Amino acid sequence: MTSTAPKKRLTTSAMIASFADPGQRTTSAPFGHALNRLAEQRPEIVGLSADLAKYTDMHVFRDAHPDRFFQMGMAEQSLLGTAAGMAEVGLVPFASTYSVFATRRAYDFLCLDIAEPDLNVNVVGALPGLTTGYGPSHQATEDLAILRGCPNLTIVDPCDSVDIEQAVPALADAPGPTYLRLLRGAVPTVLDEYDYRFQLGKAAELRTGRDVVLISTGLMTMRALQAAARLEADSVDVAVLHVPTIKPLDTEAVLRAARTDRLVVTLENHTVIGGLAEAVAATVAYAGVGTRVVPIALPDEFLAAGALPTLHDRYGLSTDAVVARVRAELGGAAGHRPPAVWPADPAPATA
Amino acid sequence: MTSLTTPRTAASTDDRTERIERIRQAAYRIRRNALDMGEVQGQGYIGQALGVADVLAVVYTDQLRFRPEDPHWPDRDRFLLSIGHYAIALYAALAEAGTIPTAELETYGSDDSRLPMSAMASYTPGVEISGGSLGHGLPVATGMALGLRHQGNGARVYDLLSDGELDEGSTWEAALACAHHGLDNVTAIVDVNALQADGPTAGVLRTEPVTDKWRAFGWHALRVDGNDVAALVEALDELRAHRGSPGVLICDTRIGRGVPLLEGREKAHFMRVEEHEWQLARTQLEEGLTR
Repeated sequence: MTSTAPKKRLTTSAMIASFADPGQRTTSAPFGHALNRLAEQRPEIVGLSADLAKYTDMHVFRDAHPDRFFQMGMAEQSLLGTAAGMAEVGLVPFASTYSVFATRRAYDFLCLDIAEPDLNVNVVGALPGLTTGYGPSHQATEDLAILRGCPNLTIVDPCDSVDIEQAVPALADAPGPTYLRLLRGAVPTVLDEYDYRFQLGKAAELRTGRDVVLISTGLMTMRALQAAARLEADSVDVAVLHVPTIKPLDTEAVLRAARTDRLVVTLENHTVIGGLAEAVAATVAYAGVGTRVVPIALPDEFLAAGALPTLHDRYGLSTDAVVARVRAELGGAAGHRPPAVWPADPAPATA
Repeated sequence: MTSLTTPRTAASTDDRTERIERIRQAAYRIRRNALDMGEVQGQGYIGQALGVADVLAVVYTDQLRFRPEDPHWPDRDRFLLSIGHYAIALYAALAEAGTIPTAELETYGSDDSRLPMSAMASYTPGVEISGGSLGHGLPVATGMALGLRHQGNGARVYDLLSDGELDEGSTWEAALACAHHGLDNVTAIVDVNALQADGPTAGVLRTEPVTDKWRAFGWHALRVDGNDVAALVEALDELRAHRGSPGVLICDTRIGRGVPLLEGREKAHFMRVEEHEWQLARTQLEEGLTR
């Protein structure tokens, strides 16, 4: 379960890399299968892709429901505009591509064609945050920052296969537009061991703890749970609040967690700018709560290419890095706090 | 004011001359509506509205299948105004079509009006999309056409775009998709007035040869004088009957058409008309009709 296995041969900067730990339980293509099950009950469900069906698990739906799958080619603006048109005539589209293309490239179409008329279009973005070692062209490290400002849009960052399977029907049921940060391929299965059900707009307390509360979203909830178990061995009692819906944020649950003497740490697979950390910090500050929030997130920079485990370790998302950061925060003397974002001192700005 | 519930197609028994004359009268009223609205604000996309009035007259009084009293009728043909800033022209046409009261046009562009200066679907009955950011109409039309066909609905989708909009790559993405999916329920109408915000289209970003480009993308393309009602009717009838590929009508229009005072105006893209000129414009328009 740890990422410190000796002499592990790391793959290099593959487009499709796995963040599952070696030997971890996984489920294959949970999104594609969940969409299939939903489509069998609801004839208005349709799927679209922009030349990435095979890489967004949409191929599972394509093969099962070829008459309801629409290939738009490598054209993301057209993909989202077309999905909007389909919703306008009463269909419920799921449009999948990589997150970078759905957000950076086609944002005007997501905003004006889908969100402004409040259509039930479900945009599915694969490779969110740091889930590929392919470099900044494919690393959607700022998708939440781009999308949180978009009115009407519901944003979901699932932790694992359980979250995805339960989120898909909930997204279709939600009348307005949604964005799902898709974990694809062999997706870890984690939350079935907890008394958990995905509820749109709700956070879930997966563990209680007296010393630290980790407020996490997406795949970082898995790391939070692993870190909590490791810290328990040091007699540090760690709570984990899983926040699968980034917008609208479950501010009541966040405030309940933050009105506390515990160390409050946020964890997200996203740049520290404009994601969960700032959403939680704003919630806390707007409520007049004086709690300090420690963000574990990606740095505000274009990230390196490389093997995913290496990158997660380097940028502070690995379980080891999370544990080290929490220990440092707990043990840090007054007046000595590490930089808010980076696990180690970043290079000086000037030589 | 007309109250159409069914299209008047080539199969109609209307005498052709009578049909053309009826549309010409509608085009006159659309221009007149546009001038009245323009006077409220003193400026705007008046030149384009006058230029595209004949196209809208043919579309709204001769081609589209819709119910003015039920703008959300599921079997209606969709007309998408991709160029949201042509709103003044669309409102003029919607008033002529009976979807909005002509008296309401005087609220154009005012606070709390249902007729904002750029067309938005949530504001105005009969407005299908919020255009304005260019290059959106054809992608949305693609989705509507795919969806309608998937549902077995025979309604057609029209998308009015401008030659300046051909600069936008998303238009061509959608053009590829319409042809690939064989969407013969789509009709694109390109208003070629050869002028965009920074000046003549030929100088901003050359788009000609426009017809060849659409044909190369797999479209059934026709090109007509967009101020010739008879030619427009003939072309749109042909595109409606065409099967197997999407159709595009490229319309060469003249900014300010019908009002000589405005036709030759410099700075025609976003036109300012002086207070004393409005009545003169209306008079010139009326003289043109009777000629």
